This record gives sequence, structure tokens and C-alpha cells, in this order.
Amino acid sequence: MTLTARIRRAFGTHWYAWTMVAPVVLVIGVIIGIPLVRGVYLSLTDANEANVERSIGMNHIPATYHFTGLDNYRAVLTDGVFWDRLGWTVVWTVGCVSLTFLTALALANLLNRRMRGRTFYRLALILPWAIPAFVSVFTWRMLYNEKNGILNKLLAGGGLDAVPWLNDPTWAKLSVIAVNVWLGVPFMLVALLGGLQSIPGELYEAAEMDGAGAWQRFRHITVPGLRAVSGTVILLSTIWTFNMFPVIFLLTRGGPGDATEILVTYAYRLSFVDSPRNFSASATWGMVILAVLALVAVGYRRALRKQGEVW
Amino acid sequence: MRRGIRGALATALVAGLALAATGCGSGGDGGGAAGGELSGTVTFWDTSNDAEKATYRKLAEGFQKEHPKVHVSYVNVPFGDANAKFKNAAGGGAGAPDVMRTEVAWVADFANLGYLAPLDGTPALDDTGDYLPQAVGSTKFGGKTYAAPQVIDTLALFYNKKLLQDAGVAVPKTFTELAAAAQKIKDKTGATALYLRGDDPYWFLPYLYGEGGDMVDAAHKKVTVDSAAGVRAFRTIKQLVDSKAAVTDATDGQENQLKALKDGTVAMAIDGPWDIEGARAGKAFQDKGNLGVAPVPGGSTAQGSPQGGWDLSVYAGSKNLQAAYAFVKYMSSAKVQQETTDKLSLLPTRKSVYNVPAVKQNEMVAFFKPAVDGAVQRPWIAQGNSLFEPLKVQMNKVLTGAATPEQAAKAVGDAYRKLLKDYT
Repeated sequence: MTLTARIRRAFGTHWYAWTMVAPVVLVIGVIIGIPLVRGVYLSLTDANEANVERSIGMNHIPATYHFTGLDNYRAVLTDGVFWDRLGWTVVWTVGCVSLTFLTALALANLLNRRMRGRTFYRLALILPWAIPAFVSVFTWRMLYNEKNGILNKLLAGGGLDAVPWLNDPTWAKLSVIAVNVWLGVPFMLVALLGGLQSIPGELYEAAEMDGAGAWQRFRHITVPGLRAVSGTVILLSTIWTFNMFPVIFLLTRGGPGDATEILVTYAYRLSFVDSPRNFSASATWGMVILAVLALVAVGYRRALRKQGEVW
Repeated sequence: MRRGIRGALATALVAGLALAATGCGSGGDGGGAAGGELSGTVTFWDTSNDAEKATYRKLAEGFQKEHPKVHVSYVNVPFGDANAKFKNAAGGGAGAPDVMRTEVAWVADFANLGYLAPLDGTPALDDTGDYLPQAVGSTKFGGKTYAAPQVIDTLALFYNKKLLQDAGVAVPKTFTELAAAAQKIKDKTGATALYLRGDDPYWFLPYLYGEGGDMVDAAHKKVTVDSAAGVRAFRTIKQLVDSKAAVTDATDGQENQLKALKDGTVAMAIDGPWDIEGARAGKAFQDKGNLGVAPVPGGSTAQGSPQGGWDLSVYAGSKNLQAAYAFVKYMSSAKVQQETTDKLSLLPTRKSVYNVPAVKQNEMVAFFKPAVDGAVQRPWIAQGNSLFEPLKVQMNKVLTGAATPEQAAKAVGDAYRKLLKDYT
């Protein structure tokens, strides 16, 4: 059978599937594919706001940017700034994800019991998720204000010194992590609570009959029972945190200095703060960030598979 | 409605043709609409602060009285967001305003990117000989004029007369004097001597100028911020904060400074005329006479503060250019400038306005005018505004102890050379 005949046959059998998938492929192609391809292209040029072509009213600006090959990538990877920011981004991601996961796991276990007012607690813990992120971040920023914020007023009431929440590099790092954990817990909590409820109660009963203690039950029933759910939420949370732009940008703008600047906020700075906006450099940063995340995802999946997880 | 828009287009076309045909520089009455009455909508982005915006809104809408068929759509855009917001809108080709109140450092930048309409020969520029020469500096780029100056300003030392009196210290003339007086102020009044804006690099300039330094030497294409003067300037701010003569913040400096001054928890702050109204609203200045204004303290070799201000620029892609030009002419007119001075104590850019008795008697103007005359003009280059970000990062680092003054000055210099490719 020739190749064309084979394709024709495949299409003939599965034409309805192709038709069903077509709109999705088209939409994803337009909203993800085109920007992605354009990003790759820009990262191979020296394009910036001043040399791309455009016409505004009476002003016409011709395109004068050039193809520069891998120069941008070389510049990023040999720049100390990139490695500094990558280091902090990794600390930030690992710190946030682990704290979020542990807090959510503890809370989910608490909320999984029968107790008075359980619905109220569940609703209260979901609340951070219901508020738009920028609103919560601005609220936190007011709480953190060193001179006039409530947090320091409370400390002063207890006779303690004011803490420079966002004005000291170390405190600023802790502060942004705290806010991100606060924002991230609800999602993890809901996911883990779902996971907990899918573990059959008989397992716990049987274990109890065999004389297993609370820790043993947690260790040998709850943890394995949650593995599939936690694997997914940890990977998602890692990707989100790695690219968590609003928390850092709205809280500290990457400051003080560049203490809390992560890779995405730095890419933003290149493309929106400096002038002329450096399209090619920020596209390059975008591609490098994408590559790092792709590596993380592949590595993580492989690790899960080794543990016998089908994902 | 539809007819109105078409009418506006026709008007614009006719006016444009008429202008082109006659090559006429400044139009006559009626905002230079040679072909008839102006109509349509003019969207105006105003960047004035909370204490000022009500006045600006009223002034902008006053344009409608002169041109009843024009609707002014007033939008207040916070200063901090305005630059990025305009660039997004202008570069994206949608949502940009017809006229914007543009910071002096942004004009060259926007013009370089093709976002602004040149105003030479349009009705927007009216009686240009009346403008203060230093105010005109920021409106020019590449031999053309891209804006009309509206307000000029500079930084000065705001002080709480009562607190200084109680402490028995004179208004400091240098930062060394200020540091020396700090302990006395603290002991006698409990207030900190100075609020130092650690979050905004613009406030670093008096320290830099005071040491005889500057960011760049545009005439010789040289980066000068990393000279010995730059290092000394970083050292000065660090010492002021370390010795507790000054308090500072890395975020929310504008609000925190104004609040500290209004509440009387600091005796002095370096600020500009835009905060006069805001400061006078505070409890420390219930007696309006308690707010004193003096030149910014000097450094070890010189004294200077940056020249700032606001210009009115027209978006090149505006659909209603003729009305936009007329609006710029109106907003930079002597009449409107006089009102902003009366109501907000802002400094006019027209020489003639300074001769109006009410303006002459305004004590803030009386103080700020000589300060503005002596203010240091900034490099009006396309990257002028980008020079601030590296300075901010390093200023934060010095204040938090993450970098020494030497490291900071060097890092700013390196960043500038990256930004300004043909500079040494």
C-alpha cells in the first residue's frame, strides 16, 4: 500500500475524529502556536520597540532589526544575572511548593474529620481562592507596610520592634513566600481533601483492628492513597509558582534591589520597563524559562513513573 | 452621532489641507480649525495625583465651554502606570488617548518610538516665545517639537517650621548640617530629621548633583554616574539612614513620606510642588504657615536638584488631531496655567503668568521659581527615563546593605553602558 493510500484510508476511517478535533487544534494553534513561533523567531533577532515596523498616524517606522542567530541565548546564559535569578527562583519555587503542600496536607486531614462547623472552616479556607489575586496581594502589601501597616502595629502592641517586611532582602523573601503560600493553600487543600475522601474507610478500620497507630495509618494508607493527586498538584503548583508573576511584581516589584526578582519578573522588566522595550531579549528569557520548565516536567514525570505511577 | 463623527473628519481634513496649503504656523481663534467648528471627542489622560485631579478634571472639561461640540473624555491615570499604559496602547494601536500629560523624561522616549505627533506648525503651539527656555528643553527631540510645556517643577526641602524651632536648629543647607542636627531634633521633638525616598531614584539626584556628579554626560556621550561623585552620593544616603538621621522605605515611599510629613513624625522631606496641597491637608500643617520650603541641601561640593515637570503631547494616531491640538493649546494657555497655580500652587511654564499679581503673591511660587531657574536640566535623550531603573535597584541595595557604594556605582555605570550602546 502506498503512503498516500494509507493516509487516505486512515482519514477515511477516522474522519469524524479529525473533524471533532479540528476546532481545538485551530484555536490552540492560533492562541498558543503563533505567539510561540513568533517568540522563537524574535529571540533569534535583535528586535526592540524602536526597530520593528509600524505606522502610527503620520509616523512610519521601518523595520531595521536583524537576524542574530543564537547571540541572545549566549548572552543570557553567560550573564551572571541569569544564574542569580535562577538560583532564587528555584529556592522560591521549592520553598513555596513544599510549604504549601505540607500546610494543605495538614489542613486537609483536619477537615476530613467529622467536627462541629466543618462547612464553615472549609468555606473560610477556600476564601483566599475566591478573591482575585491582585486584590489579596494589595491587601497584603498594606499589611506589610513598615511604617503604617497593621502587622507592625500589632507587633508594637506586643512591645516588639517593627519588622522591615518588604524593605530588607531576607524579610522581603520570606514575605513574598508567605503570601504565595497563603494564596496557594486553598487549591491544594481542595485537591487533597478530594483525594482523602476517595480513600475507602474500610482500610483505616482494618488497620485499626490490626493495631496500627495514627502515624502508621497516615504513613501507610493516607500517603500512598494521595500519591496520584499529590503528584499532579505538586507539578502544577511548581509550574505556577515558578512563573508566579503577580505576587512578586505587585508586592515588591522584585525589590528591594533585585532581592525577590524571579525569572519572569526580570523578563517583564526587559520587555516593559526599559526603553526601548527589548522584545528579543525578553523573548529569549521566555524561551529559556519554557525550556527549564519543560525539563522539570519531564524529569518529574520520569521520577513518578519509576515509582510505578502511571501518569 | 454618526453625522458628528463624519463632520469631525471633514473638519479635520479641511483644516489639515488649509494648514498644509498656507503653511501657517499658529492658527487663529477657535483652536485653529480653519474649516469650521471643532467637534468629536478628545480623550485626555491626566497623570496628576489624588490631591490635584479634581482641579485638572474641571480645567480639562472647561475646554467644552469654548468648543461646545467637542466632548472631553477625562481619564486619570496614576503616574506610576502611565508610561507603560501609554506604550502598550500606542504600540498596540488601540486605546491610546488623543492627548496625554507626559512627564518631561518621557517625551524624547515616546517621540523616538514614533508615538507622538510633531507639533511644529500646528495650532497646539501658541505664543511659544512666552515659555521659559528651560521648560522648552524637554519638548524637543531630533530637531522637532513634540509637546507643549504645562508645568515645571523641581525638588526642594519641605520642613516643619515648628519642629525645627522646638529643636532649636536652623534649616540645614547641606546634608552634613542635616545629619548634625538630627540628634537634637530627635531629643527635643521625638521626630526623625528626614524622610529619605529610598524607593524612587529621582530622589537620588540631589545627592548626586550635590557631589558634583550626574548620570551621564550626553554632550560627550559619557557615563558619569560611576565616578567618585557617584560613590560619595551613595555613601551619603547610606550614612543618613545608618545614623538614624533619616528613615526610608523600599516600597510605597510616596505615601509613606507624605504621611510622615503630615503627621509630624519627620521634620523634613525632599518633595516637589505637587505635594504642597497634600501636605497642607495634614494635621501638622493645620496652620498652613507651618510648612516651610527651602532649597534641597547640598553635598560636599555643590547643590542642585533635578528639573522636572509635565508636558502635553498628542498621540500620532489620534483620530481627532485638530481638536487634540486645540486642547493642548488650551491646557497650556496662560489662563489655565494661572488657575493651576491658584488652586494647586504648581509652577507655570509661561513667563507672562509669573507677572500676574495673584501668582506673584503665591509664596510657594515665590520660593520655587528661583529654585526652578537654578534646577539641573536632565539629559533629554530617548533613554532618559530608562536611566532610573538601574539606579533604583542599586539604591535599594546600598540602603539594605546588599551592596557597598562602590559596587553600586559600578553596577549602575555598567547597566548604563548596556543601555546606551554608543556611550563610553
